[in-house]
Amino acid sequence: MAKSLNITLHVWRQKNAADPGRFVDYPAKGISTEMSFLEMLDVVNEALIHKGEDPIVFDHDCREGICGACNLVINGRPHGPKQRTTTCQLHMRSFEDGASITIEPVRAEAFPIVKDLMVNRGAFDRIIQAGGFISVATGCSVEANATQVPKTNADLAMDAAACIGCGACVAACPNASAMLFVAAKVSHLALLPQGQPERYTRAQAMVRQMDAEGFGTCTNHGECESVCPKGITLDNIARMNRDFIKASISLR
Amino acid sequence: MELNANIPEGPIEKKWDKHRFDEKLVNPNNKRKYRVIVVGSGLAGAAASASLAELGYDVACFCYQDSPRRAHSIAAQGGINAAKNYHNDGDSVHRLFYDTVKGGDFRSREANVYRLAQISNNIIDQCVAQGVPFAREYGGLLDNRSFGGAQVSRTFYARGQTGQQLLLGAYQALERQIGLGKVEMFTRHEMVELIVVDGRAKGIVTRDMVTGVIESHVADAVCLATGGYGNVFYLATYAKGCNGSAAWRAYQKGAAFANPCYTQIHPTCIPVTGDHQSKLTLMSESLRNDGRIWVPMKAGDKRPARDIPEAERDYYLERKYPSFGNLAPRDISSRAAKQVCDEGRGVGETGRGVNLDFAEAIGRLGKDKIEEKYGNLFEMYERITDEDPYKMPMRIYPASHYTMGGLWVDYNLMTTIPGLFCMGEANFSDHGANRLGASALMQGLADGYFVLPATIGGYLAGIKPGTRIKPDAPEVKAAEAAALERQERLFAIKGKQSPTDFHRQLGKIMWEHCGMGRTEAGLKAALKKIPELREQFYQDLCLPGTGADVNQTLELAGRVADFLELGELMCLDALERRESCGGHFREEWQTDEGEALRDDENFCHVAAWEFTGAGKTPKRHVEQLNFENVHLATRSYK
Repeated sequence: MAKSLNITLHVWRQKNAADPGRFVDYPAKGISTEMSFLEMLDVVNEALIHKGEDPIVFDHDCREGICGACNLVINGRPHGPKQRTTTCQLHMRSFEDGASITIEPVRAEAFPIVKDLMVNRGAFDRIIQAGGFISVATGCSVEANATQVPKTNADLAMDAAACIGCGACVAACPNASAMLFVAAKVSHLALLPQGQPERYTRAQAMVRQMDAEGFGTCTNHGECESVCPKGITLDNIARMNRDFIKASISLR
Repeated sequence: MELNANIPEGPIEKKWDKHRFDEKLVNPNNKRKYRVIVVGSGLAGAAASASLAELGYDVACFCYQDSPRRAHSIAAQGGINAAKNYHNDGDSVHRLFYDTVKGGDFRSREANVYRLAQISNNIIDQCVAQGVPFAREYGGLLDNRSFGGAQVSRTFYARGQTGQQLLLGAYQALERQIGLGKVEMFTRHEMVELIVVDGRAKGIVTRDMVTGVIESHVADAVCLATGGYGNVFYLATYAKGCNGSAAWRAYQKGAAFANPCYTQIHPTCIPVTGDHQSKLTLMSESLRNDGRIWVPMKAGDKRPARDIPEAERDYYLERKYPSFGNLAPRDISSRAAKQVCDEGRGVGETGRGVNLDFAEAIGRLGKDKIEEKYGNLFEMYERITDEDPYKMPMRIYPASHYTMGGLWVDYNLMTTIPGLFCMGEANFSDHGANRLGASALMQGLADGYFVLPATIGGYLAGIKPGTRIKPDAPEVKAAEAAALERQERLFAIKGKQSPTDFHRQLGKIMWEHCGMGRTEAGLKAALKKIPELREQFYQDLCLPGTGADVNQTLELAGRVADFLELGELMCLDALERRESCGGHFREEWQTDEGEALRDDENFCHVAAWEFTGAGKTPKRHVEQLNFENVHLATRSYK
């Protein structure tokens, strides 16, 4: 049964990239435990709009955990307290009455703040541009069943491909590293026969772009894995590292 | 306005080949001289942008999200159809064509649907080559599952995330072209006006959603791949940002809007829990492969599902449609759910829900097998409802999910404005009055990868390279001024209600009068209420901030303003279509058993609406539908 909560939010407000930003407190009363976290923010925002004030800006779209747009850092943890759950699928039943909740944007040099809780994750797109694809043009493909793919590989590739590009891994990493994101794409394609021809150049090009974007390096904290809403595992980083080392030797 | 569908002559199997041969070609060296704008980066938009760039065109792609990878195609769960017949179960291009025409209740264009079925196989080949990790069998070959409205297994899938994987395939192809400098990508840009010069589409005006700058982009052709308008119902399975504004701008500039009343209400969504609800979540139709749908026999039976003995359950789809059972098409399943809830037999706190029960399947296949097939969907259900579907049935109810209506296009996907093309859900062409499951992904990718790249050349070949209009042309400046004026008008209202307040009210009107059951009286009431609400909107909208930076309230206000007009057109179309077909169910036209009753004599046509000016009644045009390869028949799934 739905219960009603009264909570206090400490929300990061920042007008634009140049503004230093600050925390602002907002009370949220009569919040139903059936609401999602973003629906709770909707309630707060509606009240602000009715008062003629600027509502809190945050990215969101599908609200079903798949588009990767939402990426709030809630009480210091990307996507909040629930394992394998995006912000939009987090429900208020995960919070106690009287709770005090801090909401921040992802903080990373490579993800500049646009406004309030909204950041620019264009760096992820540029990493994909560097090599996160298989170079096939439309129309030149062979019959789909001509190449068999062992089920185990297809399943592992799918595990890696489940990444939604939300950036929680970057937010959680003390070095703001994007290794889990990059490794997920490298692994997805490296595990399939179609991805073999570009396997090593891909790993190299994507890692180079990641470095150029200003993401930190991986020092094996494993925080990324623990906050990933899609359960992308550290094995992928190991797989990418192997491919990257092979590439550095064989492609010299 | 003339509606010439430009369907090629000849037998249906040969039309597409013949047409591609007959089309004029653009010299490879000239292709880079043509700039093509693609609005939207979902399956159709991303696939078209990548494919056009590969061909050599100079492409600009726009999306409102922060990355093209987030377009709402990503949320499609179940799968994509193709006529591969890998299961040797009697599938063929002709059968996919037949099923789709029948599923659409004989209100789609035969030639388009046949082409779609032909191309379906190429799509799977293309996606596998891109590295889409489709589900595989132990022998390493592609796996398939069944979907509603078909008796063959032709649906390819990647767990419950097929849309995501197909979109990432198209997104990666697009990013590759961006990296090569062949596509210029504009993220966080919203199209706010269409530029038309001498009757031809020549560009768009956009608002940069970060800086607020309103600017023009000129081109030789414009392609809209902007998705459907199902958010007109407020509560829908669409992403919050999905809107009908780009299509509406095009409509107001002369593009006919076809069959706006054809909306799909999907049978398996998680029911509404309260007024705070901001969206509804779909539970994939694939669940109906193994889940059994039932309600109690007796009205008002509030016992927990597990306490109701078998003899007191009504598996109503299996009872009414024994040959298709739980895999009856979406329109039929949704209506049946509404009927049993109207009879007071609905489950859950609100009584607007039916059980989707896996107990039998778990007993037959084991929990592990069910988890392997649907694990992520079960998890999603539990996250949202806090109930474990392995232990108790899911509760589901229909919700707005897709719009079959959209901009009218000819066989070349060109609208009634020359140079303006429309793809995917945004156009009207392939699904008739009801779309079958796993066909949206097929159509989006068919249009984007294969159809538009082939047909746009025929249009561009007729334009002299280098004759593009200048960005300071008077038509361009006028379009910018119109967009700015529309925005300023919203800021000037200074009222008390938020855009969401109005959106909710509109949604209620639409759901009540233009939802699963429609009547003349209801539609007439809606046609009175919507203009009143619109008037109130322009008197009492509250819009904080300015247009000079990120302003999500402004974005929403603009979209709601357009929905307040589009909703009216939907009701008008529903009123004028005096028959029932597919998702359009007029209660006055039903069989004794409560099934949709078509009127082929008077309504075997597409209704395409022409904008005649603000505040004026639009003009209804008709494109007659001819069925030469599939016989018009009463749809039966019994």
